[in-house]
Parts: sequence; C-alpha cells; structure tokens
Amino acid sequence: MDARVERVAGSACVLRGDDIDTDRIIPARYLRCVTFDGLGEYAFEDDRKQAKGDHPFDVARFRGAAILIVGRNFGCGSSREHAPQALMRRGFRAFVGASFAEIFFGNCTALGLPAVTLSPGDLARLMDSVELDPAQEVVVDLRARTVACRAGTFTASIPDGARGQLLEGTWNATSVLLEAKGAIEDTAHRLPYVTGFAG
Amino acid sequence: MSGRSLLDKVWDAHSVRELPGGQTQLFIGLHLIHEVTSPQAFDSLREMGLGVRFPERTFATVDHIIPTHSQKRPLADDLAEQMLQALERNTSQLGIRFFGAGSNRQGIVHVIGPELGLTQPGMTIACGDSHTSTHGAFGALAFGIGTSQVRDVLATQCMILSRPKVRRIEVGGKLSPGVYAKDVILAIIRQLGVNGGIGFAYEYAGPVLEAMSIEERLTVCNMSIEGGARCGYVNPDEITFDYLRGREYSPKGADWERAVTWWRAIASDADAHYADRVALDGNAIAPSVTFGIHPGQSVSVGERLPRLDEMPADARASLEEAYAFMSLRPGAPIEGTPIDVAFIGSCTNGRISDLREAARIARTGKVASGVRALVVPGSQAVAREAEQEGLPEVFRAAGFEWREPGCSMCLAMNPDKLVGREMCASSSNRNFKGRQGSPTGRTLLMSPAMVAAAALRGRVADVRELL
Repeated sequence: MDARVERVAGSACVLRGDDIDTDRIIPARYLRCVTFDGLGEYAFEDDRKQAKGDHPFDVARFRGAAILIVGRNFGCGSSREHAPQALMRRGFRAFVGASFAEIFFGNCTALGLPAVTLSPGDLARLMDSVELDPAQEVVVDLRARTVACRAGTFTASIPDGARGQLLEGTWNATSVLLEAKGAIEDTAHRLPYVTGFAG
Repeated sequence: MSGRSLLDKVWDAHSVRELPGGQTQLFIGLHLIHEVTSPQAFDSLREMGLGVRFPERTFATVDHIIPTHSQKRPLADDLAEQMLQALERNTSQLGIRFFGAGSNRQGIVHVIGPELGLTQPGMTIACGDSHTSTHGAFGALAFGIGTSQVRDVLATQCMILSRPKVRRIEVGGKLSPGVYAKDVILAIIRQLGVNGGIGFAYEYAGPVLEAMSIEERLTVCNMSIEGGARCGYVNPDEITFDYLRGREYSPKGADWERAVTWWRAIASDADAHYADRVALDGNAIAPSVTFGIHPGQSVSVGERLPRLDEMPADARASLEEAYAFMSLRPGAPIEGTPIDVAFIGSCTNGRISDLREAARIARTGKVASGVRALVVPGSQAVAREAEQEGLPEVFRAAGFEWREPGCSMCLAMNPDKLVGREMCASSSNRNFKGRQGSPTGRTLLMSPAMVAAAALRGRVADVRELL
C-alpha cells in the first residue's frame, strides 16, 4: 500500500469554535472499548444532541466531507487517539485550522492525517467560502503547502517533520524507529539510570 | 556561550538520532501503561509481529475504568471488565509489571509512578495519557501520547518528537494561607491561555516553586497540558532527593550518591537560554475557581465573572458559550454559586497532602444537605496513609463518601458520574463540557480545600474563612 499523503481533495465541513477538546470530539464513555472500530458514529455525540440537528456533522450540506475546517487549539485536552480515529472513521482525511493541540496533531500524523494551519484571515476566508458553497472542492496540498478553494489559494503551515513523514509515507513510525536498533541500544547504555547508576 | 536548560540536557542524553525535518528519535526511559489507551497498541504490535523491546522499563496499572465502591471482579460493567482482562493478558504475556485491581500498589498512573520511586529526575517518560506531564515535577521530561505512539514505545522504547522551546515561568513571593498549588497553575493558565503553551515546554521556577513539596509540584506540572504545553518540569533539588530517598524503585546504597550527582548535573544552568520568560507574583494569587468550559476561564473567589466587553475580542465567543453552558452571568460573583456535587481526587489533587488539607476543612462542619460529596484517594498507598491518619473517619463524620482509588469522576469512565445539569465543585483538571459523565453536567475546578469548603457550605465559598 502506498502510504504517501501528498494532497487531500474533496468537499469540506466547517466546525466553528476555539478550544474544542477531545472529550467533546469523543466522550469518555466511548473509550470503554478494546478496538477503534465503530467510533465514527459517536463523534461529537453530545454536541450534536444538544444542537438538535443543526450541528455541522448533521446538516445535509456538509455530508460526505473529507476535510474538516476548525478554529484555534482544536483537539486540546485528553491524549485519546480515539478522537482522530473517530473523525477518520467518519470520513475525514485532513484538517485545516488556526492551530492544533500538540498531542492531537501527533496522533493525526501517526494516522496519516495532515493537519495544516492557515493565518486567521485566510482561515476566515476559507470558512466563509465553504459555508457559502459547501459542494466545492477544497484541496490541501502538502507538497505545495497550500489550501485551495474558490476564494483563493492560501499558504498553509505544517511542521517540516510531520510534512516529511506524510509526503514520504513514513507516518507509521514504528518501522522508522526500528531502523536505528543499534543506536537505541547505545543510547540506553549511556543513560546512568538504565545501567543502574553502576559506577 | 550560554548554559543549557534541563530540557536541552535530558533531550540530548536521550537522542537516538536526528531525523529529517528536525525531529528526534528520542529514547523513553519509563513507559507507563493503563487500560484505556493500550489495548489497540498491543493488538497492533501483534499484527506487526513485534514484541516489547524493554519490558523492564514498562509498568502498568488500572485506573480510568476501575469502580471506586468496590474493585471486586468481575467488574459490573462488561466493557470495563474486558478492558481490564485485556491488560492482564497483554502484560502477563509480554512480561510487563502490572499493578492490578487488588494490588497494594494500584492507583492512578500519575500517582503511583512518583510514590514508587519509578519517576526520577532526568528521565524521559511516556504514557498514553495527557496528564503524563505530572511527572515533570521531578525534573523529568514526561509526554502524554496517543495509542499509535504507545505501540511505538512498546516496540522500540522510542518515539519521534520535535524539540519544544522552553518557557521559564517564575512565580515570585510567597503563597498566603488557603492558596495552593492548584491556584498557582490556574493563575498561570489564566494568564498564558489554554493554547499559550503550544510549541513549548514549561519550566516552573522561582521562590514559590522552590518552596513547594513534590506533591505540590506534581499538581502544577499536571496541568501543563491544560496550558497547551507539551510538558512541564521543575528542576530537581534537595526536596526532590528527600522525597525519592528509600522509595521502592529509587537507587539504593552507593548507587544513590551517583544518582544524586547525575540528577544535580541535569538541572538547568543558571545562565541557560530560554525562548521566553514569564513572571508571576505569588503574593497576588488568591484561591481560584473556574467558571467556564476550559481551565483558562477562572477567577479568584472574591472576583466577579468577567463581562464580555472586558475580554479580548478573540475570547468572547468562547466566553458566551461558557456562560450559556454553565448558566452563569457576566458580572455576577462566583462565590455563593450553588453546587450539587463535590469531588476530591484525581491525578491533579488525589495525593495525601491534598486529602489532609481537605480533611482540615471537613473537620469544621458537615456536608450541606442535598450535596453529594466524594473523596477518592489517588492510590492504594495514599488510601493506606490516610487510614493511618484517621482521615476516612473525618470525612465520613462530615458526610463525605470515602472511596477506593481510581480516576473516578475526573472523567467518569467508571460509575461515578454527574447526573443531568448537576454543578460539581471538583479538584480535578478539566471543566470541559460533559467531562464528568453527564453531557450537560457542569464543573467548577478548584483546590481540594476549596472543594471541601464548597461541600460544607453547599455553594462556592472562600476557604480562607474556614481555616
């Protein structure tokens, strides 16, 4: 399987609001499981119930979206990978926002899901454009570092390391880490507490 | 050339190699595991045909799903029982030490690591839980991670990380009676914001931190993640070494002296370079209470709730959402807000010193009628120590329930939950919507002593009046 992620194209869904935490993305009661299967249907369950059909995940115009557009500090709080897993299982393959909480960002990268940021002005233009015309195609291009929609092509940011992992298809880190077997041993044996502080 | 911070020294000592794009393959010295974020990691490991590279550097316990009225097996909740069995199976098959239900070492993972002496200065620590930042209190670099990274650490004892910048946060002066470590970290997050720490490790310092016990430092470091920081730490000192001396997994004999020498050496140099510095006046910190839906939305107990026009434009939408969810009014006092539930416990404030302070308040009265009040010790060891001091009797006499150790109502993955729109005075770490088990339940974060005061009064009260 080619794991490289160079661009994600598709319709988008706008989820406004800052500091949306992972408890809201997937309430803790759904963490009582030993597999991630089936989590998609519970994404934002409590917010959706309280919105009574008006939540962006429930309105017809955003149905089938591949890109989720969010605000600032999205995914803050709990480290639960269940959050990006639930969003991925709902069909999202990329995130565009003002900023992402770091553990959430790391979890996304580990699943091959790019999370890129735009300047506040560009993000507002993207959100407005997608809300006005939700059927349009939005393109997240990692190689070009851009997000394109009808309102324009915007410069996107993503840390170089994560971008490289996605472009090269090495986001499943285990095999990369295993390449350095010898160096892992050497590092361990240099650490005083690993060797029991033996003089 | 300027000196180096603890982060620089510990990072470099654990760097296996640099990766393209500026990332580091970092060796993890201690891997802590619990039942919620590990089962899928173990399955994935098996699918890849891999084992656990350093089982002797890996320790597990059960905390999130464990009931607090009884740990009797099988657990009443089938899903919880399945998770516990999965962890028992995974740890026994792979040679990982497991402090399970019924073990006298069981407890919240971030409480038992320190008390067993597993957490030590200069280590890198990872756990599939965001509050892993807690362990930074010893001068360790401790990272909360997701399940894919748990798999990586199991398989390789390494993870891929970008080196954070360091922000030194100095808290000067001295805390007044009734002001606790919880109030310090709430003040820091209020000032720097819940996203202010993105890209940073927080180095907490200054006279207030230097005067704190390890348990208080654990409370501060615990909520680093609530400020958006990747981790938080305090440089190790005599208080750190005194705490560690004689613990089960602490170095012993001649090794101890060599350990202390190394621990001293990894502390930040006096002339270390920091990407940012922030100063707070500890004298000005008062008992604090959150009123909103993230931990940055807090006030001192004597303050009125902020009006929308007093807040920066980009904070208003969140504030409006908070007031609507909490049914609180801008301009109103927080003191006197009625509560339904009082929760004392969690990895933030479930240690013995927290329970002692809460008991001190509990001795002065009775839980108000209509208030459900719970005390959940952070570990079996904390529970034993509390029992030796007679604290369960103090709490019970005042009308609190005394429970068995676990995460409990901090995130309500076990049967301890808010019901409907209940308002909870809580010593935990998150006031997110729905966090305590009811989608419409409401949380007011505060110190354990403040929770005890609120329990007795039936409403948010100034603990200083009860001291």
